[in-house]
Amino acid sequence: MRLSPRIINWLVYVIGLQPGLWTFYLGVVDQLGADPVKVLEHTLGEWALRFLILTLLITPIRDLIGLNWIRYRRALGLLAFYYAAAHFATYLILDQSLDLAAVGADIVKRPFITVGMAALVILTTLAVTSNGYSIRKLGVNWRRLHRLIYLAAALGAVHFILAVKSWPPEPLVYAGIIAVLLLYRLLPKRRSRRRVVAQPNPRG
Amino acid sequence: MLEIRNEQLRCPVLIRRPADILPSEMTSRSVYMRRREFLAGALSAGVVGGIAASSAAAAPLTGVKSQYVLDEKLTPLEDVTTYNNFYEFGTGKSDPSQNSGNFKPLPWTVTIDGLVNKPQTLDYDALLKLAPMEERVYRMRCVEAWSMVIPWLGFPLKALLDRVEPQGSAKYVAFETIVRPDQMPGIGGFFPVLDWPYREGLRLDEANHPLTILAFGLYGETLPNQNGAPMRLVVPWKYGFKGIKSIVRISLVEEQPKTAWNMQAPSEYGFYSNVNPAVDHPRWSQATERRIGEGGGLFGGGGRIPTLPFNGYGEQVASLYAGMDLTKDY
Repeated sequence: MRLSPRIINWLVYVIGLQPGLWTFYLGVVDQLGADPVKVLEHTLGEWALRFLILTLLITPIRDLIGLNWIRYRRALGLLAFYYAAAHFATYLILDQSLDLAAVGADIVKRPFITVGMAALVILTTLAVTSNGYSIRKLGVNWRRLHRLIYLAAALGAVHFILAVKSWPPEPLVYAGIIAVLLLYRLLPKRRSRRRVVAQPNPRG
Repeated sequence: MLEIRNEQLRCPVLIRRPADILPSEMTSRSVYMRRREFLAGALSAGVVGGIAASSAAAAPLTGVKSQYVLDEKLTPLEDVTTYNNFYEFGTGKSDPSQNSGNFKPLPWTVTIDGLVNKPQTLDYDALLKLAPMEERVYRMRCVEAWSMVIPWLGFPLKALLDRVEPQGSAKYVAFETIVRPDQMPGIGGFFPVLDWPYREGLRLDEANHPLTILAFGLYGETLPNQNGAPMRLVVPWKYGFKGIKSIVRISLVEEQPKTAWNMQAPSEYGFYSNVNPAVDHPRWSQATERRIGEGGGLFGGGGRIPTLPFNGYGEQVASLYAGMDLTKDY
Protein backbone atom coordinates (compact mmCIF):
# COMPACT_ATOMS: atom_id res chain seq x y z
CA MET A 1 0.00 0.00 0.00
CA ARG A 2 1.35 3.41 -0.89
CA LEU A 3 0.80 6.16 1.61
CA SER A 4 -0.63 9.31 0.19
CA PRO A 5 1.49 12.47 0.57
CA ARG A 6 -1.18 13.82 2.83
CA ILE A 7 -0.77 10.91 5.22
CA ILE A 8 3.02 11.13 5.03
CA ASN A 9 2.79 14.81 5.84
CA TRP A 10 0.84 14.02 8.99
CA LEU A 11 3.29 11.27 9.87
CA VAL A 12 6.14 13.78 9.64
CA TYR A 13 4.43 15.87 12.31
CA VAL A 14 3.46 12.93 14.50
CA ILE A 15 6.87 11.28 14.36
CA GLY A 16 8.74 14.58 14.49
CA LEU A 17 7.11 15.59 17.76
CA GLN A 18 7.93 12.29 19.48
CA PRO A 19 11.43 13.16 20.77
CA GLY A 20 10.14 16.31 22.43
CA LEU A 21 7.10 14.65 23.96
CA TRP A 22 9.20 11.70 25.15
CA THR A 23 11.80 13.94 26.76
CA PHE A 24 9.06 15.94 28.46
CA TYR A 25 7.53 12.72 29.74
CA LEU A 26 10.91 11.58 31.09
CA GLY A 27 11.16 14.90 32.88
CA VAL A 28 7.72 14.51 34.44
CA VAL A 29 8.66 11.07 35.80
CA ASP A 30 12.05 12.38 36.97
CA GLN A 31 14.22 10.35 34.61
CA LEU A 32 16.34 13.17 33.21
CA GLY A 33 19.15 13.09 35.75
CA ALA A 34 20.37 15.71 38.15
CA ASP A 35 19.34 18.79 36.18
CA PRO A 36 16.18 17.87 34.27
CA VAL A 37 15.36 21.43 33.23
CA LYS A 38 18.69 21.79 31.43
CA VAL A 39 18.34 18.42 29.74
CA LEU A 40 14.88 19.29 28.43
CA GLU A 41 16.04 22.75 27.37
CA HIS A 42 19.08 21.41 25.53
CA THR A 43 17.26 18.47 23.94
CA LEU A 44 14.55 20.72 22.52
CA GLY A 45 17.15 23.14 21.20
CA GLU A 46 19.08 20.38 19.50
CA TRP A 47 15.93 19.05 17.85
CA ALA A 48 15.19 22.54 16.56
CA LEU A 49 18.62 22.52 14.91
CA ARG A 50 18.09 19.02 13.53
CA PHE A 51 14.80 19.99 11.90
CA LEU A 52 16.38 23.15 10.52
CA ILE A 53 19.04 20.94 8.95
CA LEU A 54 16.40 18.58 7.51
CA THR A 55 14.55 21.58 6.10
CA LEU A 56 17.72 22.78 4.41
CA LEU A 57 18.45 19.29 3.09
CA ILE A 58 15.33 19.11 0.93
CA THR A 59 16.81 21.16 -1.92
CA PRO A 60 20.17 19.39 -2.16
CA ILE A 61 18.44 16.02 -2.00
CA ARG A 62 16.26 17.02 -4.90
CA ASP A 63 19.23 18.38 -6.84
CA LEU A 64 21.69 15.62 -6.17
CA ILE A 65 19.58 12.49 -5.79
CA GLY A 66 16.46 13.49 -7.64
CA LEU A 67 14.06 12.87 -4.76
CA ASN A 68 11.56 15.66 -4.57
CA TRP A 69 10.35 15.95 -1.00
CA ILE A 70 9.54 19.63 -1.21
CA ARG A 71 5.93 19.05 -0.19
CA TYR A 72 7.21 17.98 3.26
CA ARG A 73 9.49 20.96 3.74
CA ARG A 74 6.83 23.09 5.40
CA ALA A 75 6.22 20.38 8.02
CA LEU A 76 9.94 20.11 8.74
CA GLY A 77 10.31 23.88 9.00
CA LEU A 78 7.32 24.11 11.31
CA LEU A 79 8.75 21.34 13.48
CA ALA A 80 11.97 23.35 13.76
CA PHE A 81 9.85 26.28 14.90
CA TYR A 82 7.87 24.19 17.39
CA TYR A 83 11.07 22.87 18.94
CA ALA A 84 12.65 26.32 19.05
CA ALA A 85 9.51 27.72 20.69
CA ALA A 86 9.41 24.86 23.21
CA HIS A 87 13.13 25.36 23.88
CA PHE A 88 12.44 29.02 24.65
CA ALA A 89 9.37 28.18 26.73
CA THR A 90 11.46 25.79 28.82
CA TYR A 91 14.03 28.50 29.42
CA LEU A 92 11.32 31.06 30.21
CA ILE A 93 9.07 28.97 32.43
CA LEU A 94 11.02 26.06 33.94
CA ASP A 95 14.49 27.59 33.99
CA GLN A 96 13.79 31.25 34.76
CA SER A 97 10.38 30.77 36.46
CA LEU A 98 8.89 33.53 34.30
CA ASP A 99 11.24 36.12 35.75
CA LEU A 100 10.75 38.51 32.85
CA ALA A 101 13.27 41.01 34.16
CA ALA A 102 15.98 38.36 34.25
CA VAL A 103 15.01 37.07 30.80
CA GLY A 104 14.98 40.61 29.39
CA ALA A 105 18.41 41.25 30.85
CA ASP A 106 19.65 37.97 29.37
CA ILE A 107 18.36 38.86 25.92
CA VAL A 108 20.01 42.27 25.99
CA LYS A 109 23.26 41.35 27.74
CA ARG A 110 24.16 37.85 26.68
CA PRO A 111 25.16 37.46 23.04
CA PHE A 112 24.21 33.79 22.84
CA ILE A 113 20.70 34.55 24.06
CA THR A 114 20.41 37.60 21.80
CA VAL A 115 21.39 35.45 18.83
CA GLY A 116 19.00 32.68 19.86
CA MET A 117 16.13 35.13 20.25
CA ALA A 118 16.85 36.59 16.80
CA ALA A 119 16.62 33.07 15.35
CA LEU A 120 13.36 32.48 17.20
CA VAL A 121 11.87 35.76 15.93
CA ILE A 122 12.75 34.75 12.37
CA LEU A 123 11.33 31.26 12.78
CA THR A 124 8.17 32.68 14.29
CA THR A 125 7.76 35.03 11.34
CA LEU A 126 8.25 32.19 8.90
CA ALA A 127 5.86 29.92 10.82
CA VAL A 128 3.14 32.58 10.87
CA THR A 129 3.51 33.08 7.12
CA SER A 130 3.73 29.40 6.27
CA ASN A 131 0.09 29.11 5.24
CA GLY A 132 -1.41 29.24 1.78
CA TYR A 133 -3.06 32.56 2.42
CA SER A 134 0.28 34.23 3.20
CA ILE A 135 1.92 32.66 0.17
CA ARG A 136 -0.76 34.08 -2.12
CA LYS A 137 -0.84 37.42 -0.37
CA LEU A 138 2.91 37.97 -0.26
CA GLY A 139 3.58 36.71 -3.76
CA VAL A 140 7.20 37.03 -4.80
CA ASN A 141 8.06 38.57 -1.44
CA TRP A 142 7.14 35.30 0.25
CA ARG A 143 10.15 33.58 -1.32
CA ARG A 144 12.40 36.44 -0.29
CA LEU A 145 11.04 36.40 3.26
CA HIS A 146 11.45 32.67 3.61
CA ARG A 147 15.09 32.82 2.58
CA LEU A 148 15.54 34.08 6.14
CA ILE A 149 15.59 30.39 7.06
CA TYR A 150 19.27 30.51 6.06
CA LEU A 151 19.91 33.26 8.57
CA ALA A 152 17.88 31.46 11.24
CA ALA A 153 19.95 28.29 10.75
CA ALA A 154 23.22 30.22 10.91
CA LEU A 155 22.09 32.03 14.06
CA GLY A 156 21.00 28.73 15.58
CA ALA A 157 24.45 27.24 14.98
CA VAL A 158 26.17 30.32 16.43
CA HIS A 159 23.79 30.24 19.41
CA PHE A 160 24.84 26.67 20.21
CA ILE A 161 28.56 27.44 19.89
CA LEU A 162 28.30 30.53 22.09
CA ALA A 163 26.22 28.72 24.69
CA VAL A 164 28.92 26.22 25.61
CA LYS A 165 32.26 26.58 27.28
CA SER A 166 35.36 25.88 25.24
CA TRP A 167 35.01 23.92 21.96
CA PRO A 168 33.19 20.66 22.54
CA PRO A 169 32.61 18.77 19.29
CA GLU A 170 28.81 18.69 19.12
CA PRO A 171 28.08 22.38 18.41
CA LEU A 172 30.90 22.37 15.87
CA VAL A 173 29.38 19.40 14.06
CA TYR A 174 26.01 21.17 13.79
CA ALA A 175 27.72 24.38 12.66
CA GLY A 176 29.74 22.45 10.07
CA ILE A 177 26.65 20.76 8.61
CA ILE A 178 24.72 24.01 8.50
CA ALA A 179 27.69 25.82 6.93
CA VAL A 180 27.91 23.18 4.18
CA LEU A 181 24.16 23.43 3.51
CA LEU A 182 24.33 27.22 3.33
CA LEU A 183 27.45 27.24 1.14
CA TYR A 184 25.65 24.84 -1.19
CA ARG A 185 23.18 27.65 -1.89
CA LEU A 186 26.06 29.81 -3.08
CA LEU A 187 27.21 27.31 -5.69
CA PRO A 188 26.73 28.44 -9.28
CA LYS A 189 23.61 27.23 -11.08
CA ARG A 190 23.34 23.53 -10.42
CA ARG A 191 23.47 21.22 -13.41
CA SER A 192 21.83 18.43 -11.52
CA ARG A 193 18.71 20.50 -11.15
CA ARG A 194 18.25 20.48 -14.89
CA ARG A 195 18.65 16.76 -14.91
CA VAL A 196 15.79 16.50 -12.46
CA VAL A 197 13.71 18.77 -14.63
CA ALA A 198 14.62 16.69 -17.67
CA GLN A 199 13.73 13.47 -15.87
CA PRO A 200 10.77 14.32 -13.70
CA ASN A 201 10.15 10.68 -12.95
CA PRO A 202 13.53 9.18 -12.25
CA ARG A 203 12.49 5.62 -11.68
CA GLY A 204 15.08 3.35 -13.21
CA MET B 1 34.32 -0.36 67.47
CA LEU B 2 31.33 0.38 65.30
CA GLU B 3 29.42 1.45 68.36
CA ILE B 4 32.06 3.94 69.33
CA ARG B 5 32.10 5.47 65.93
CA ASN B 6 28.35 5.80 65.78
CA GLU B 7 28.41 7.38 69.19
CA GLN B 8 31.00 9.83 68.02
CA LEU B 9 28.91 10.86 65.06
CA ARG B 10 25.79 11.34 67.08
CA CYS B 11 27.51 13.88 69.26
CA PRO B 12 25.97 17.29 68.78
CA VAL B 13 27.75 18.82 65.84
CA LEU B 14 28.72 22.42 66.13
CA ILE B 15 26.79 24.12 63.42
CA ARG B 16 27.89 27.47 62.12
CA ARG B 17 25.07 29.73 61.20
CA PRO B 18 26.47 32.77 59.48
CA ALA B 19 24.10 35.70 59.46
CA ASP B 20 23.67 35.37 55.73
CA ILE B 21 21.83 32.06 55.82
CA LEU B 22 18.12 32.71 55.48
CA PRO B 23 15.82 30.79 57.80
CA SER B 24 14.05 29.47 54.70
CA GLU B 25 17.29 27.83 53.61
CA MET B 26 17.62 25.81 56.76
CA THR B 27 16.72 22.18 56.87
CA SER B 28 13.99 21.08 59.19
CA ARG B 29 15.18 19.23 62.26
CA SER B 30 13.56 15.94 61.32
CA VAL B 31 15.17 15.93 57.88
CA TYR B 32 18.44 16.89 59.44
CA MET B 33 18.32 14.07 61.98
CA ARG B 34 17.46 11.54 59.30
CA ARG B 35 20.39 12.76 57.31
CA ARG B 36 22.76 12.41 60.23
CA GLU B 37 21.52 8.87 60.77
CA PHE B 38 22.09 8.08 57.13
CA LEU B 39 25.55 9.57 57.25
CA ALA B 40 26.32 7.74 60.45
CA GLY B 41 25.34 4.52 58.75
CA ALA B 42 27.41 5.33 55.71
CA LEU B 43 30.40 6.25 57.79
CA SER B 44 30.09 3.58 60.43
CA ALA B 45 32.19 1.00 58.63
CA GLY B 46 34.90 3.43 57.63
CA VAL B 47 38.46 3.58 58.79
CA VAL B 48 40.84 6.29 57.70
CA GLY B 49 43.59 4.77 55.65
CA GLY B 50 41.79 1.48 55.36
CA ILE B 51 41.87 1.65 51.62
CA ALA B 52 43.14 -1.11 49.41
CA ALA B 53 46.17 0.48 47.85
CA SER B 54 45.45 -0.73 44.36
CA SER B 55 41.68 -0.45 44.22
CA ALA B 56 39.98 2.25 42.22
CA ALA B 57 36.65 1.58 43.86
CA ALA B 58 35.28 3.92 46.47
CA ALA B 59 36.37 2.96 49.97
CA PRO B 60 34.89 4.11 53.25
CA LEU B 61 36.43 7.23 54.71
CA THR B 62 35.52 8.87 57.99
CA GLY B 63 36.00 12.32 59.33
CA VAL B 64 35.93 13.97 62.71
CA LYS B 65 33.26 16.54 63.37
CA SER B 66 33.95 19.91 61.87
CA GLN B 67 32.66 23.34 62.76
CA TYR B 68 32.13 23.95 59.04
CA VAL B 69 28.96 21.98 58.56
CA LEU B 70 26.35 23.91 56.65
CA ASP B 71 22.83 23.21 57.78
CA GLU B 72 21.23 22.82 54.38
CA LYS B 73 19.70 19.87 52.63
CA LEU B 74 22.42 17.73 51.09
CA THR B 75 22.40 17.18 47.34
CA PRO B 76 21.69 13.48 46.76
CA LEU B 77 24.82 11.35 46.29
CA GLU B 78 23.59 10.21 42.90
CA ASP B 79 23.42 13.78 41.63
CA VAL B 80 26.80 14.68 43.13
CA THR B 81 28.39 11.75 41.31
CA THR B 82 26.57 11.87 37.96
CA TYR B 83 26.45 15.59 37.28
CA ASN B 84 30.04 16.72 36.90
CA ASN B 85 32.32 18.99 34.98
CA PHE B 86 35.60 17.14 34.51
CA TYR B 87 36.52 17.82 30.91
CA GLU B 88 39.35 15.27 30.91
CA PHE B 89 36.52 12.74 30.71
CA GLY B 90 34.27 14.66 28.31
CA THR B 91 32.29 17.87 28.23
CA GLY B 92 28.83 16.45 28.96
CA LYS B 93 27.62 16.46 32.55
CA SER B 94 27.29 12.68 32.64
CA ASP B 95 30.50 12.04 30.67
CA PRO B 96 32.78 11.98 33.73
CA SER B 97 30.72 9.32 35.52
CA GLN B 98 30.39 7.29 32.32
CA ASN B 99 33.95 7.64 31.02
CA SER B 100 36.11 7.57 34.12
CA GLY B 101 35.83 3.86 34.90
CA ASN B 102 39.31 3.11 33.59
CA PHE B 103 40.99 5.84 35.56
CA LYS B 104 43.31 4.39 38.22
CA PRO B 105 43.57 6.84 41.10
CA LEU B 106 45.83 4.58 43.13
CA PRO B 107 48.72 4.43 43.66
CA TRP B 108 49.07 8.20 43.68
CA THR B 109 51.71 10.75 44.51
CA VAL B 110 51.62 14.51 44.65
CA THR B 111 54.71 16.68 44.36
CA ILE B 112 54.93 19.91 46.32
CA ASP B 113 57.73 22.11 45.07
CA GLY B 114 58.71 25.64 44.14
CA LEU B 115 59.49 28.28 46.74
CA VAL B 116 59.47 25.95 49.72
CA ASN B 117 62.14 24.88 52.14
CA LYS B 118 61.10 21.25 52.12
CA PRO B 119 59.95 20.20 48.67
CA GLN B 120 58.62 16.67 48.72
CA THR B 121 56.60 14.02 46.99
CA LEU B 122 53.97 12.38 49.13
CA ASP B 123 52.06 9.22 48.44
CA TYR B 124 48.39 8.70 49.10
CA ASP B 125 48.77 6.98 52.46
CA ALA B 126 51.07 9.72 53.72
CA LEU B 127 48.55 12.33 52.54
CA LEU B 128 45.65 10.66 54.32
CA LYS B 129 47.58 10.66 57.57
CA LEU B 130 48.86 14.19 57.23
CA ALA B 131 46.04 15.81 59.21
CA PRO B 132 42.78 14.75 60.83
CA MET B 133 40.15 14.07 58.20
CA GLU B 134 37.11 16.32 58.71
CA GLU B 135 33.62 16.16 57.33
CA ARG B 136 32.70 19.54 55.91
CA VAL B 137 29.34 20.33 54.40
CA TYR B 138 29.85 23.13 51.88
CA ARG B 139 27.83 24.79 49.20
CA MET B 140 29.34 24.35 45.77
CA ARG B 141 28.39 26.96 43.22
CA CYS B 142 29.25 26.32 39.58
CA VAL B 143 29.92 29.24 37.25
CA GLU B 144 27.11 27.79 35.11
CA ALA B 145 24.65 28.99 37.76
CA TRP B 146 23.82 25.69 39.44
CA SER B 147 24.76 24.63 42.92
CA MET B 148 24.97 21.67 45.26
CA VAL B 149 25.48 21.03 48.97
CA ILE B 150 28.17 18.40 49.43
CA PRO B 151 29.56 16.64 52.52
CA TRP B 152 33.28 16.58 51.76
CA LEU B 153 35.94 14.69 53.67
CA GLY B 154 39.29 16.40 53.80
CA PHE B 155 41.56 18.68 55.77
CA PRO B 156 42.78 22.24 55.39
CA LEU B 157 45.29 22.74 52.60
CA LYS B 158 47.28 24.76 55.12
CA ALA B 159 48.24 21.54 56.89
CA LEU B 160 50.06 20.42 53.77
CA LEU B 161 51.56 23.82 53.00
CA ASP B 162 52.93 24.21 56.53
CA ARG B 163 54.71 20.92 56.11
CA VAL B 164 56.72 22.09 53.11
CA GLU B 165 57.52 25.49 54.69
CA PRO B 166 56.77 28.12 52.06
CA GLN B 167 59.48 30.72 51.66
CA GLY B 168 58.84 34.41 52.20
CA SER B 169 58.91 35.08 48.47
CA ALA B 170 56.07 32.63 47.79
CA LYS B 171 52.90 34.56 46.98
CA TYR B 172 50.76 32.06 45.10
CA VAL B 173 50.03 28.35 44.94
CA ALA B 174 49.75 26.67 41.53
CA PHE B 175 48.00 23.32 41.03
CA GLU B 176 48.03 20.83 38.18
CA THR B 177 45.79 17.89 37.31
CA ILE B 178 47.25 14.65 36.03
CA VAL B 179 47.27 14.09 32.25
CA ARG B 180 46.61 10.49 31.24
CA PRO B 181 45.19 10.43 27.72
CA ASP B 182 44.89 6.63 27.83
CA GLN B 183 42.60 6.79 30.86
CA MET B 184 41.03 10.19 30.19
CA PRO B 185 39.12 10.08 26.90
CA GLY B 186 38.28 13.79 26.99
CA ILE B 187 41.91 14.69 26.40
CA GLY B 188 42.92 15.09 22.80
CA GLY B 189 40.67 15.22 19.79
CA PHE B 190 40.70 17.70 16.94
CA PHE B 191 39.86 20.61 19.19
CA PRO B 192 41.42 20.11 22.61
CA VAL B 193 38.79 21.66 24.85
CA LEU B 194 41.48 23.01 27.20
CA ASP B 195 45.24 23.41 27.22
CA TRP B 196 46.12 20.40 29.37
CA PRO B 197 47.08 19.91 32.08
CA TYR B 198 44.19 21.59 33.87
CA ARG B 199 45.73 24.32 36.00
CA GLU B 200 44.45 26.30 38.92
CA GLY B 201 45.88 28.72 41.41
CA LEU B 202 45.24 30.56 44.64
CA ARG B 203 46.86 33.43 46.40
CA LEU B 204 48.83 32.07 49.37
CA ASP B 205 46.48 33.66 51.90
CA GLU B 206 43.49 32.08 50.12
CA ALA B 207 45.27 28.73 50.13
CA ASN B 208 45.97 29.05 53.85
CA HIS B 209 42.39 30.04 54.70
CA PRO B 210 40.75 27.52 57.04
CA LEU B 211 37.85 27.02 54.59
CA THR B 212 40.19 25.83 51.82
CA ILE B 213 40.51 22.08 51.96
CA LEU B 214 42.12 19.21 50.16
CA ALA B 215 39.27 16.74 49.82
CA PHE B 216 39.77 12.99 49.65
CA GLY B 217 36.19 11.88 49.93
CA LEU B 218 32.52 12.75 50.00
CA TYR B 219 29.48 11.19 51.58
CA GLY B 220 31.60 8.92 53.76
CA GLU B 221 33.63 7.42 50.94
CA THR B 222 36.79 8.17 49.02
CA LEU B 223 36.27 10.41 46.01
CA PRO B 224 34.78 8.72 42.96
CA ASN B 225 36.89 9.22 39.83
CA GLN B 226 34.42 11.70 38.36
CA ASN B 227 34.66 13.88 41.46
CA GLY B 228 38.44 14.15 41.28
CA ALA B 229 39.90 11.00 42.80
CA PRO B 230 42.02 10.60 44.69
CA MET B 231 42.39 14.20 45.87
CA ARG B 232 41.02 17.56 44.87
CA LEU B 233 40.82 21.13 46.01
CA VAL B 234 37.63 22.62 47.48
CA VAL B 235 37.40 26.40 47.87
CA PRO B 236 33.79 26.98 48.79
CA TRP B 237 33.59 30.73 48.21
CA LYS B 238 34.84 30.41 44.63
CA TYR B 239 33.20 28.99 41.53
CA GLY B 240 33.47 25.23 41.26
CA PHE B 241 36.09 25.18 38.53
CA LYS B 242 38.65 26.54 40.98
CA GLY B 243 38.34 23.20 42.79
CA ILE B 244 40.95 21.43 40.67
CA LYS B 245 40.64 17.64 40.60
CA SER B 246 43.10 14.75 40.65
CA ILE B 247 45.99 16.95 41.71
CA VAL B 248 49.56 15.78 41.02
CA ARG B 249 51.56 18.96 41.50
CA ILE B 250 51.36 21.85 43.93
CA SER B 251 53.93 24.61 43.39
CA LEU B 252 54.58 27.64 45.51
CA VAL B 253 55.40 30.54 43.19
CA GLU B 254 56.01 34.27 43.23
CA GLU B 255 53.93 35.28 40.20
CA GLN B 256 50.21 34.74 39.72
CA PRO B 257 50.01 31.31 38.05
CA LYS B 258 48.19 30.60 34.81
CA THR B 259 44.85 28.89 35.24
CA ALA B 260 43.13 26.66 32.69
CA TRP B 261 39.88 28.55 32.20
CA ASN B 262 41.54 31.95 32.36
CA MET B 263 43.87 30.84 29.56
CA GLN B 264 40.92 29.57 27.55
CA ALA B 265 38.71 32.65 27.87
CA PRO B 266 40.28 35.46 29.93
CA SER B 267 37.27 37.72 29.48
CA GLU B 268 35.01 35.11 31.04
CA TYR B 269 37.07 33.50 33.78
CA GLY B 270 39.27 35.57 36.03
CA PHE B 271 41.96 34.37 38.38
CA TYR B 272 39.91 35.01 41.51
CA SER B 273 36.50 33.70 40.39
CA ASN B 274 34.88 34.48 43.71
CA VAL B 275 31.17 33.73 43.65
CA ASN B 276 29.64 37.13 43.08
CA PRO B 277 25.97 37.68 42.25
CA ALA B 278 26.75 41.28 41.28
CA VAL B 279 29.21 40.38 38.52
CA ASP B 280 27.66 38.48 35.63
CA HIS B 281 29.49 36.00 33.49
CA PRO B 282 29.03 37.00 29.83
CA ARG B 283 26.79 33.97 29.37
CA TRP B 284 25.16 33.51 32.73
CA SER B 285 23.62 35.95 35.11
CA GLN B 286 25.16 35.08 38.45
CA ALA B 287 22.33 36.62 40.47
CA THR B 288 20.52 33.31 40.96
CA GLU B 289 21.27 29.60 40.84
CA ARG B 290 19.46 26.32 40.48
CA ARG B 291 20.03 23.93 43.36
CA ILE B 292 20.59 20.50 41.85
CA GLY B 293 18.39 17.75 43.21
CA GLU B 294 15.85 20.04 44.81
CA GLY B 295 12.40 18.57 44.60
CA GLY B 296 9.14 20.39 44.34
CA GLY B 297 7.41 21.56 41.22
CA LEU B 298 7.44 20.10 37.77
CA PHE B 299 10.84 18.76 36.69
CA GLY B 300 12.23 19.15 40.16
CA GLY B 301 12.18 22.80 39.23
CA GLY B 302 12.13 24.34 42.66
CA GLY B 303 12.89 27.56 40.86
CA ARG B 304 15.99 29.58 41.41
CA ILE B 305 17.49 30.76 44.65
CA PRO B 306 19.47 33.95 45.09
CA THR B 307 23.22 33.55 44.90
CA LEU B 308 25.04 34.86 47.95
CA PRO B 309 28.20 36.97 47.81
CA PHE B 310 31.21 34.68 48.27
CA ASN B 311 28.71 31.84 48.07
CA GLY B 312 27.54 32.67 51.59
CA TYR B 313 31.03 32.62 53.10
CA GLY B 314 31.52 36.38 53.02
CA GLU B 315 31.70 36.65 56.79
CA GLN B 316 34.79 34.45 56.71
CA VAL B 317 36.53 35.53 53.53
CA ALA B 318 35.46 39.02 52.44
CA SER B 319 38.36 40.56 54.34
CA LEU B 320 40.80 38.76 52.02
CA TYR B 321 39.70 41.12 49.27
CA ALA B 322 39.55 44.39 51.16
CA GLY B 323 40.37 47.27 48.87
CA MET B 324 40.06 45.21 45.69
CA ASP B 325 37.59 46.00 42.93
CA LEU B 326 35.99 42.61 42.40
CA THR B 327 34.31 43.75 39.20
CA LYS B 328 37.82 44.01 37.75
CA ASP B 329 39.48 41.22 39.72
CA TYR B 330 36.67 38.82 38.93
